[in-house]
Amino acid sequence: MTTSVMLPDNPTLDEYKKRLAELSERGVTEFARAANADELEAARIEFLGDQRGKLREFQIVLGKLPKEARPEAGRLFNAAKARLTDALELRRQEIAKLGDDSTTRPADLTMPARRSWRGAKHPVTLVIEEIEGIFRELGFTIAIGPEAETEWYNFGALNFPPNHPAMDLHDTLYLSGEGLLRTHTSPVQIRTLQRYAPPIRVLIPGRVYRRDFFDPSHAPAFEQIEGLCIDEGISFVDLKATLTRFANRFFGQRPTRFRPSFFPFTEPSAEMDVQCGVCGGQGCGVCKQTGWVEILGSGMVHPAVLEAAGVDSERYSGWAFGMGPGRIAISRYGIPDIRILYDSDVRFLEQISE
Amino acid sequence: MNVSYEWLRALVPFRETPAKLRDLITSRVATVDELVPLRQDLAPIVVARVVEAGRHPDSDHLWVTKVDAGTGELLDVVCGAPNVEAGKLYPFAPTGTTMPNGLKIERRRIRGQTSNGMLCSPRELGLGEDHEGILELSVDAAPGTPFLKVMPAGDTKLVIDVSPNRPDLLSHLGVAREIAAAVDSPVTLPRIDGADAAIPTASRVRAEGRTGGVDVRVQEEGLVRRYMAAVIRGIRVGPSPEWLVRRLEAVGSRSINNVVDATNYVLHELGQPTHAFDLQRLGGGAIVVRRARAGERIVTLDGIERTLADTMTVIADAQRPQAVAGIMGGRDSEVSESTTEILLEVASFDPARTRATRRSLGLSTDASYRFERGVDPLLAPAALERTVRLIVAVAGGRVDDAPVDVYAGDSLPMPLPLRVSRVRTILGDVVPADEVASLLRGVGFDARVESNDVVRVMTPSWRIDVQREIDLIEEVARLRGYDSFPDEIRPFRAGNVPDDPQWLLARRVRDALVGAGLLETRPMPFVRGADTGYVRVANPLAENEAFLRRDILDTLSRRAEYNLARMQGDLRLFEIGATFLPDESLPHEELHVGALIMGRRRPPHFTDPKSDEFDRAMTFDAWDAKALAELVCDQAYGPGAVSFVAGSSDELWELRVGERRVGIVRALSLDAPVWAKPAFGVELSLGIVDSTNVAPAGQHAYRGAEYAPVRVKPFRAIPSQPASTMDLALLVPQSVDAGTVERAIRDVAGDLLESILLFDEHSGGKIETGSRSLAWRLTFRHPERTLSAKEMEGRRTNVLRHLEKTLNVRPRST
Repeated sequence: MTTSVMLPDNPTLDEYKKRLAELSERGVTEFARAANADELEAARIEFLGDQRGKLREFQIVLGKLPKEARPEAGRLFNAAKARLTDALELRRQEIAKLGDDSTTRPADLTMPARRSWRGAKHPVTLVIEEIEGIFRELGFTIAIGPEAETEWYNFGALNFPPNHPAMDLHDTLYLSGEGLLRTHTSPVQIRTLQRYAPPIRVLIPGRVYRRDFFDPSHAPAFEQIEGLCIDEGISFVDLKATLTRFANRFFGQRPTRFRPSFFPFTEPSAEMDVQCGVCGGQGCGVCKQTGWVEILGSGMVHPAVLEAAGVDSERYSGWAFGMGPGRIAISRYGIPDIRILYDSDVRFLEQISE
Repeated sequence: MNVSYEWLRALVPFRETPAKLRDLITSRVATVDELVPLRQDLAPIVVARVVEAGRHPDSDHLWVTKVDAGTGELLDVVCGAPNVEAGKLYPFAPTGTTMPNGLKIERRRIRGQTSNGMLCSPRELGLGEDHEGILELSVDAAPGTPFLKVMPAGDTKLVIDVSPNRPDLLSHLGVAREIAAAVDSPVTLPRIDGADAAIPTASRVRAEGRTGGVDVRVQEEGLVRRYMAAVIRGIRVGPSPEWLVRRLEAVGSRSINNVVDATNYVLHELGQPTHAFDLQRLGGGAIVVRRARAGERIVTLDGIERTLADTMTVIADAQRPQAVAGIMGGRDSEVSESTTEILLEVASFDPARTRATRRSLGLSTDASYRFERGVDPLLAPAALERTVRLIVAVAGGRVDDAPVDVYAGDSLPMPLPLRVSRVRTILGDVVPADEVASLLRGVGFDARVESNDVVRVMTPSWRIDVQREIDLIEEVARLRGYDSFPDEIRPFRAGNVPDDPQWLLARRVRDALVGAGLLETRPMPFVRGADTGYVRVANPLAENEAFLRRDILDTLSRRAEYNLARMQGDLRLFEIGATFLPDESLPHEELHVGALIMGRRRPPHFTDPKSDEFDRAMTFDAWDAKALAELVCDQAYGPGAVSFVAGSSDELWELRVGERRVGIVRALSLDAPVWAKPAFGVELSLGIVDSTNVAPAGQHAYRGAEYAPVRVKPFRAIPSQPASTMDLALLVPQSVDAGTVERAIRDVAGDLLESILLFDEHSGGKIETGSRSLAWRLTFRHPERTLSAKEMEGRRTNVLRHLEKTLNVRPRST
């Protein structure tokens, strides 16, 4: 605020003119400087207030001027008043345009934002999408299929010998009447091979079922993602190359290894390990002292599988792999109990949205 | 399966440490899940040097020594061993050690001299019977080094994950064969002292024979592929020798008595399960392999009475079953302290029958595990000889009569031609014919190079997994080593399969819902269900969740209740997943999206007014559910393609495409606490999941590609002329809904109507009963000019006249 205007009780016309000019100049500046309606109102009272406004003083003093000076002084007074009133109105409109002054620039900027709820994909979805992204770079597309399947698509076409211990690893949930809940996504291999001629490069995500009781590390329904590549001349080298490339992209540049395994629908079969990220291969509790963590099963598609799907197994060959995005999500996020993925507790899901 | 490191070394010489052996077996044969050092009780024992040794002043057989155990100070230790000598290294148990026999080593005074620990003899360490003196170590190790590090004193158990196609690996012999190929050493069965009894040559019969006064008969073909029996008389049942106990212990098998231990030893050594019957307990001098009679009972060795079915095979005497074939013996004829004569059975039971019986009895044993996977019939004679000799060696007795061998014979395997060119196609690298043959010979195949391209292979009888060329190619790959193949990316052709349209649709809907602030869930799809209208799981994990869901809102409602029970009331959950309805064959499967909202529309903020009215306004209601439904409908079916039809009771809107119901918006009734806000749900079908057969087995049905539809809304010119608006405040009878009024307005407003917005509803007050006031803002725009006031007035008059005439809707008098 400015100090009171230095206007002598009986000013000369020159003094009056000079002071009036100063006052209107200051008033215009103050109005323009007001950041919000409150400040503008305070400035209005200071300069244009009916009782104690500074301009009011000039109106009073007007009568004390020599008579001959009064017309000119009066004209100047009116001009100054008009100038100030215009400046006030201009600023008032500007401030109104800025909206509520407290939101334009709140006094305390440490206070919290007004948020909306944030959405989030499920962590298993995030893992699937990441895997999908890497395989898309290598020319794969997405195929899916039904969860309720026939015995033939789930087992027969995939070279499972009937009534064999290999079935023990696929403890199956059967449906009343016909069919079963697929124990793996591999039936979609057969459906795809029957539907489209090679070359085939597909990634198959989906839900699968096992008759496993729900406990911290098992669930009766879980996600699987598998890949299938069939063409002329596709070999074990292509399998190793593609999956090694994938592992390097997904797990970082950690050493990988392939070791013999068995699946009825692939031959040769290979399990792929990545060096344990916790101990760096030295051996620890996480990797059961082996230095390696299993990430996926794979193999060259068994000729019997190609033949079951009506594909010439002499002309075409290829490979397949499968892995569990749920297990990956668990180790990635450090989730202690697989059931957390299914509970749908918003306090967990909101963590993902952060 | 458990194998012992030392036992393997007795079969094939190798130098690999247990850890190296683990890596070797894992990389070439089967994964070793675990290495279990068996003598961890020796972990506290360290190597120590005796620095001084002097006679005990008060004893003529004790020594007083100063011992360097690597602790930085010399320890006083009293020792009674005659062979203690200054400068030498011995195993040393520091104070605080618990010895294998349970003795705890403490600091104590022996005849006035302090002793801080113990220098150990082999017996004290459980390493043998020698107690003559302490164990002198001729190793180069600093005092303080753990004893186990310098002396591989303890055996190590390897837990191998043997795949179901490789029963030949279920024995030390089988694993040793693979190691032998890797380290290029021969496999020989370890010599056992006294195991050289002469055994008459078995007499081979087709179905029936006699040995040692017992009739042996196989009643039906198909029950057993080979059945051998021998009678041993004059045995003395008692404890097994130390070495036998230790061998069995190393594979996790408890010692029972010398006869039973001998059979178990052979099971683990050769993979041949055998069984010894107490001959005197067998009735009628006969042993019969036959089908069980339905309802027949037997008490098995584990003391449990089991009721048999006629699909099972038993070994019976003249009267009753004495064993469940291939699974477990009966308690009646169990070998006991008083047994002096036994009948030894060495058989190869049918895998499928054994498996079925094991499953229905819920009884898995070391024997059933092997028979289910297949026991080589050609192994039986050698296994019989080995078992008899071992029994005679540890329990005495003799075989007077030629054993019986009921065996119709197996057809000889045909040679398999293996093409070297095919090896190259599948494995992607050239493996020359000579190398192929030599790799296969290493593990027992008879492989001969026939031409540049063909290696002719005879499979050994124990490799029942090898049946076609591809099986041999796998052998080549693993024996050469998976690591030996390159991993370079080679040129490839793009695939023929387009992205599945349903997958793309699901992704679009998911992205939209996440963008709208919802949280994706992936719960279990099992529900309480009901006998009709639901698909039932025949063998459910839990009876209260025995059905598959028919809609996602069922699952989401339970998940909401889960959250409410945890005091979480602000929910916005969704799931995209399969739903199931009963159908003629496979269930009718549909991909659905479901979404559930309840509670606050957004997190509270300090600027929010503190009023009930505001809280109500900030709570999810039916209009939010409708917006969510519109969002997913527009994504899934295209803008405006789904019509919202008023539903009944708790159904708010039925979602329809034409006449077809594709979804629902409903108020949900949950099991909710009093503080919970109302819950609303949206469910929409994203299409049927086709589960029909694509083509018959062995055939294909190639068709053109199915691509996801491309949905493009054409460009609409961005307006260059100003809009003119018109507000209509209307008095609408309760019987007329807003949608009808809107349609009527659109009917007559003309082409220039750009948008129509309902912005107010109220009733009561000055509004007459039976009506409500609704207000719309109509926006008109001409593409080339500003509409005049007169034109607008004309439109207003038209609209109002039409509304009054058709719907009895009038302007509200102000």
